[in-house]
Amino acid sequence: MRYLPKSPAERAEMLREIGASSIDDLFATIPEEYRLQRDLNIPRQMGESEIVDYFKAAAAHNAVGYTSFLGAGAYRHYRPVIIDSLVQRGEFLTSYTPYQAEITQGTLQAIFEFQTMICELTGMDIANASMYDGSTGAAEAAMMAVRITGRDGVVVARTVHPEYREVMETYSQHQEHSANEVGYGADGRVDLAALEQMVTDKTACVLVQSPNFFGVVEDIPAIAEIAHKKGALLIVSIAEAVSLGIVRPPVEADIVSLEAQSFGVASSYGGPFCGVLAAKEKYLRQMPGRLVGETKDKDGRRGFVLTLSTREQHIRREKATSNICTNQALVALMATIFMTVYGKEGIKELAVQNLAKAQYAAKRLGENSKLLFAASPRFNEFVIETSEAPEQLNARLLENKIIGGLSLKKWYPELGNATLWCATELTGREQIDQAAAVVAESPVTASA
Amino acid sequence: MATAEQAFVGTPRKVTSHLTQNEKLSFELSSPGKKAYKLPSLDVPQVDPAQVLGEAARENTGTLPELSEIEIIRHFTRLSTWNYAIDLGMYPLGSCTMKYNPRVNEFVSRLEGIAEAHPYQPESLSQGSLQIIKLLQDCLIEITGMDAITLQPAAGAHGEFTGILLIRAYHRSKGNTRKNILIPDSAHGTNPATAAVCGYQVVNIKSNAQGGIDVAALEQMVNEDTAALMLTNPSTLGVFENEIHRIADILHAKGALLYMDGANMNALCGKTRPGDFGVDVMHLNLHKTFSTPHGGGGPGSGPVACKKILEPFLPVPVVEQGSDGQLHWNYDRPESVGRVRAFYGNFGMFVRALAYTLANGPDGLRQTTEDAVLNANYIRKKLEDVYELPYKTPSMHEVVFSDRKQLKNGVKTGDIAKRLIDYGFHPYTVSFPLIVPGALMIEPTESESREELDLFVDAMRQIAREAEENPQLVLNAPHSTRVSRLDETTAARKPVLRWKPSAE
Amino acid sequence: MAYPANYRYTREHEWIEVDGKTGKVGITDYAQNSLGDIVFVESPKVGAAVKKGEVFGSVESVKAVSDLYSPVTGTVTEVNEELASAPEKINSDAHASWIMKVELSDPSEVESLLSAEDYGKYIAEETGH
Repeated sequence: MRYLPKSPAERAEMLREIGASSIDDLFATIPEEYRLQRDLNIPRQMGESEIVDYFKAAAAHNAVGYTSFLGAGAYRHYRPVIIDSLVQRGEFLTSYTPYQAEITQGTLQAIFEFQTMICELTGMDIANASMYDGSTGAAEAAMMAVRITGRDGVVVARTVHPEYREVMETYSQHQEHSANEVGYGADGRVDLAALEQMVTDKTACVLVQSPNFFGVVEDIPAIAEIAHKKGALLIVSIAEAVSLGIVRPPVEADIVSLEAQSFGVASSYGGPFCGVLAAKEKYLRQMPGRLVGETKDKDGRRGFVLTLSTREQHIRREKATSNICTNQALVALMATIFMTVYGKEGIKELAVQNLAKAQYAAKRLGENSKLLFAASPRFNEFVIETSEAPEQLNARLLENKIIGGLSLKKWYPELGNATLWCATELTGREQIDQAAAVVAESPVTASA
Repeated sequence: MATAEQAFVGTPRKVTSHLTQNEKLSFELSSPGKKAYKLPSLDVPQVDPAQVLGEAARENTGTLPELSEIEIIRHFTRLSTWNYAIDLGMYPLGSCTMKYNPRVNEFVSRLEGIAEAHPYQPESLSQGSLQIIKLLQDCLIEITGMDAITLQPAAGAHGEFTGILLIRAYHRSKGNTRKNILIPDSAHGTNPATAAVCGYQVVNIKSNAQGGIDVAALEQMVNEDTAALMLTNPSTLGVFENEIHRIADILHAKGALLYMDGANMNALCGKTRPGDFGVDVMHLNLHKTFSTPHGGGGPGSGPVACKKILEPFLPVPVVEQGSDGQLHWNYDRPESVGRVRAFYGNFGMFVRALAYTLANGPDGLRQTTEDAVLNANYIRKKLEDVYELPYKTPSMHEVVFSDRKQLKNGVKTGDIAKRLIDYGFHPYTVSFPLIVPGALMIEPTESESREELDLFVDAMRQIAREAEENPQLVLNAPHSTRVSRLDETTAARKPVLRWKPSAE
Repeated sequence: MAYPANYRYTREHEWIEVDGKTGKVGITDYAQNSLGDIVFVESPKVGAAVKKGEVFGSVESVKAVSDLYSPVTGTVTEVNEELASAPEKINSDAHASWIMKVELSDPSEVESLLSAEDYGKYIAEETGH
């Protein structure tokens, strides 16, 4: 086996030195009836070229060569090539969690830079590194709010990513808190009047997403006022991190749960992504996940360490803020490199391009469909309602090698033939025009 | 300052000191107007953000660094050289399974059709991804001897969470969720933390004199309130629970289930199967046993395999083969515990784990396990005369010593660990498991050659000698790193968790 | 370090100095010494009810958390705000660094606590000296 650095003679010699007559001596503590006496029934050992061939064949069975308008929590942005070349350096790739600070300063300093950038972009005071993804981050943020407030009610907007809400439900079902959903108005934003009704002095937090699942930017100041009036915390979930380049950060929030996939991370069929929690400083002790802090060594040199680890499971065990251990460190590094490449000006320029592409796409596609929530501020996603059913429309688009918008029927049946579209800096005008043309060719005439 | 030679009682065979470059924070290197990006020219009409977004438009982007591409390359490359890594040498962290991360794994996970796959692509255009998922599932089910699996959990602790949810759902289907989860005092911290997150009371079990489960005590403790026992096997001492089946029988007799923390699966692959010895549900760590890179702390992946009785409760969606031969996601699972993560899990890690499995095949996996156990026993044999071995029970893939002998000179496990750095090794796991005071937990994995093991043994023996002859050398270690021991107390008392521009 | 004779002690290493119906509670020098550098004190809220033998807060060092057990039953009337920014005061003078003031529901509870002499003997046994 080519990964194993021993010759048969070396193995025999080592066994002799140990005093074992055969390798099976070392497995003698396993009761005999449980020792596997046959080969595992898995594919035979392959050569490297065979492995590459297998995965190339699999890749060919995915959508290669299609134009895609999918977003909905997994965004297609350009990934500068230096990200992959840097994260494939073995010193980053094959290093463990930086518990031994003296020989992991590279990872530690990079995380410190990451925490700073996330604070700058979200307007929060502190940020962790990291959570599994945006969905589990949202669930952890809600549990954090329950601990902080000592209250048990959680109000979640229906405009939050449906799969994030499902994850929150899974997490909350065995905690002692109750989750309620607040609906949206005709503008595709949280129904503020309904929210006002729903938030009580038992509410731990209100959790909204902005830009929300429809791509619409929520009225964060107004939502914050409603939550804070009753002493509840506001959690803002952000699934499209690039929006922070041009959309006002949710500075009124108490906790921000960010999905950083947009920052240079491949969509990779849904993972690995990178969740992050950022918060006001006063909630530091209730923050789950790892934190890196600056300090000095014995000789006064600056260095970085994992800190405040008494919050974590390896010390506090059943009283920990979360059971999280392994997180998404390398993905956080990818996001750090991405943010460094674009920098202060680039992140804005990038966001504005997204805005322009989505505006153009919404206008073109809206010519032969109904653009929903048209008057509300949006980032790079929008919802259209067509006369034709989404399945039919998307089937016709696929014939043109276009993956159209995501059907919302499963989650929002009240919206009828609604599809969620996304355009980024990678979506070309020609592609948009082509998709608009296919929509225009709808065989179904609009009915009243 | 001492020269490198003076700094050692013996002679470090693996290392000589070399220069590393200083590097500030990216923020401190920044200057306005530098760029490392160039966007494509805009082919649609320009928009005015203030007009499109109104009050929601951002005025100030905050401070991100402004640097050119070469500076960014140097910045992160310099930082990288401050890290130790598997690629540089043995990384014997017990419980972490720091094995070689094959590069073909990285290559195939970046193939366009795989890396660029969108989770909501039509199933007809996701057959490649689904085939990868299905084949990996089938392999893992066979390796564990279980009946069903979910790949959705994003890490080991997330897998534990999922597994305990399955147990809870199972008991609820029988009319009573039960109250307690039994956890040995030798367990990973994630076990009790997980049980608590799932709403269970943790009941600790004391280990017996061999470091294993005290079966008689267990028999007394298990009752109708017991939901499950969370057991790591081999234990965190690297010892196989040879009464495992009796343990399972005791639990099952009272309707309780056996959860296995699969952190130490690298000791079992291809040699024995948890499903055969009575485990009902377990998680695997693809970033341990199946070679996906640790990446400085993640991403991981924590699949959960279970017996038939738990299958109805698996998270949605699950992969199924349709009558058309195509693979589909099935969301219609009324008894499911729900989702534990958006989409389908850390797919990129599935690709790597499958590449590893295919590279090994059945013979390779067995040889891997054998070599991992061989290496641990070799280290044990070569060090047991200089380091105290608190439990004499046979070791599997890792060996746990204690610092008892060195303590009489004031040298603790943490000091020996720091001194190892000067000899060119990453430290072992310090002070864990908690049942061994002053533990040195060493897991070499199969990836170490005999030569590297001998260098490690030599370093450990020299440190033992230093602890006798010149303990200060050990107590003040490391001596050769960019930074010496860092002030963790001030870091925790007055946390500085982000850079701030200096007030000028 | 001498253990003040006018204080009473618990086996969990808290001290209490009683003055009429109120008592100041802190941790002993032995406790601070075994914990090492204290980095954080989690105090109860003013007005909270505490019960003899039950947890009212915790102290943290870099790598350990230790629960605090109330020596008496009563209501918290004040917490030592100074410790929030300077937890190291406990390390420098544990017996002067009170963590909370309690109004005692039953002052007679104090009698069941250890005297300075008994506490001294108790820790001598604990450490095997």
